[in-house]
Amino acid sequence: MAKTIQEINERIKKKKACIFTAEEIVGYVNENGLKKASEQVDVVTTGTFGPMCSSGAFLNFGHPSPRMKIQKAWLNDVFAYGGIAACDVYIGATEIPDDDPANKIHPGRFRYGGGHVIEDLIAGRDVFLRATSYGTDCYPRKKLDTYVNIKDLNQAFLLNPRNGYQNYNVAVNTSPKVIYTYLGILQPHIGNANYCSAGQLSPLLNDPYYRTIGIGTKIFLGGGTGRVSWEGTQHNPTAERGKNGVPTEGAGTICVIGDMKQMNTRFIRGVSMLGYGVSLAVGIGIPIPVLDEEIAGFVSVSDADILAPVVDYATTYPKREPGTITKVSYRDLKSGTVTIRGKKVPTGSLSSYPLAKEIAVTLKSWIQQGGFLLSEKVESIPGPESGQTFKPLVIRPEGGDES
Amino acid sequence: MTQNPTRNIMLHYPRKLADKPIISNLIREYDITVNITRARIDQDEEGTLVIEISGKKKNIDAGLDYLRELGISFKPVSKIIRRIDERCTHCSACTVVCPTAALSISDRERMEVEFVEEKCIGCGLCIPSCPYMAMEMIE
Repeated sequence: MAKTIQEINERIKKKKACIFTAEEIVGYVNENGLKKASEQVDVVTTGTFGPMCSSGAFLNFGHPSPRMKIQKAWLNDVFAYGGIAACDVYIGATEIPDDDPANKIHPGRFRYGGGHVIEDLIAGRDVFLRATSYGTDCYPRKKLDTYVNIKDLNQAFLLNPRNGYQNYNVAVNTSPKVIYTYLGILQPHIGNANYCSAGQLSPLLNDPYYRTIGIGTKIFLGGGTGRVSWEGTQHNPTAERGKNGVPTEGAGTICVIGDMKQMNTRFIRGVSMLGYGVSLAVGIGIPIPVLDEEIAGFVSVSDADILAPVVDYATTYPKREPGTITKVSYRDLKSGTVTIRGKKVPTGSLSSYPLAKEIAVTLKSWIQQGGFLLSEKVESIPGPESGQTFKPLVIRPEGGDES
Repeated sequence: MTQNPTRNIMLHYPRKLADKPIISNLIREYDITVNITRARIDQDEEGTLVIEISGKKKNIDAGLDYLRELGISFKPVSKIIRRIDERCTHCSACTVVCPTAALSISDRERMEVEFVEEKCIGCGLCIPSCPYMAMEMIE
């Protein structure tokens, strides 16, 4: 018989809810079947931890005296966008300092950037704010140099436009030279295969059609609580799917929001990718209510049942040409070697499975203690029925509306 | 006779010894198996050599005494590369660049990256490959 989220929440309040992580449920369903799982299990907790470039933070510093309309701002020399109200800025995870040599001496190191500023703020360290403006009658100040600390900010919240990717590419390099990518260092002649997903623990891989994860869903974000605020950028529900409904390539994404003051740098870290840039590793955990047998089936998906496309980051990917070399399962990826074009290739992961598991376990304990109730989504994010795709950019230098 | 496990040491030798066949002597006079895993000569002609040595304990002790007498300083390589455990997320990006599997995952259920210091040759490739800046050289 189907359950409701309200019924599950009543059991959580009484500390009687039955909760498994997305890893634990695999064995339980194998032993007990879907019917029993749907009756006995209330919640399955998921987790993921990896670099998620489309992340950043809105900060409000309050007004200095005299007041200032911050036009341009730098936090520890990393540019923050000030083209919003007076003392609000947005700092993006991938921003680098103006004087960083980037890839002028290839491969650049990218030791510090927006992701690290966000980590420093969450760690409670003082961060140096430099700001400039043109000055107005109401906001006369033109320059500002001061240390700031998250505890003194009015608001500091992450707003990450694209996180929690539902599946992702496995990157290889078919060229004769080492290449440096956002999926790490790729050795020549398919010397390694790098991936970035928590597989069976990953939130959207456990809710392939977004039945319970939607706008308003309460989540674990960076060690605190947050919400799914929208579909993520590049959300692609019509991506190719296997018979089990699970996408076999990058598909759904979510936009998430959460209070940085609650966060903990164990679950949110600045990232330096050699030859690529900086980013932010984000920890996300989402509880999935086991409302019926269909959901029990979805959450019991295992690494063996999730396939990811192997893509050449030396040729087809940068040119945006189609071409998947093969598909491999997360079970094989996690075994340490996969077979690509008849060759055994060592695998490396950019996302951390141990931290993904720790997030799922932490979220499970929050729910067990009655401190985290499940939320009903207020609206769904687009599913396959929407027909929504991830379109490429067509370059057209001429032919604007005027012509 | 006890056989010592293979170990990696880093030798630092001064300019005046640059033309001496020291490694050759270690092999021929002391019956030590030597594998050179890294070699560098600085601009001042001082040299750094990382070697993997194995052999009978008696021979290795005598060989190391020979190096000391010559005035060559050495230390185990595991003391050169350090993992900052609180920064390591166990992602495994390092495992595909480490040439000796000193950084590797043996338990594929837990998926935690182990740092086996005895296998480390101090090449330093793990340092820039780590997205979380968890590896450092303390040379």
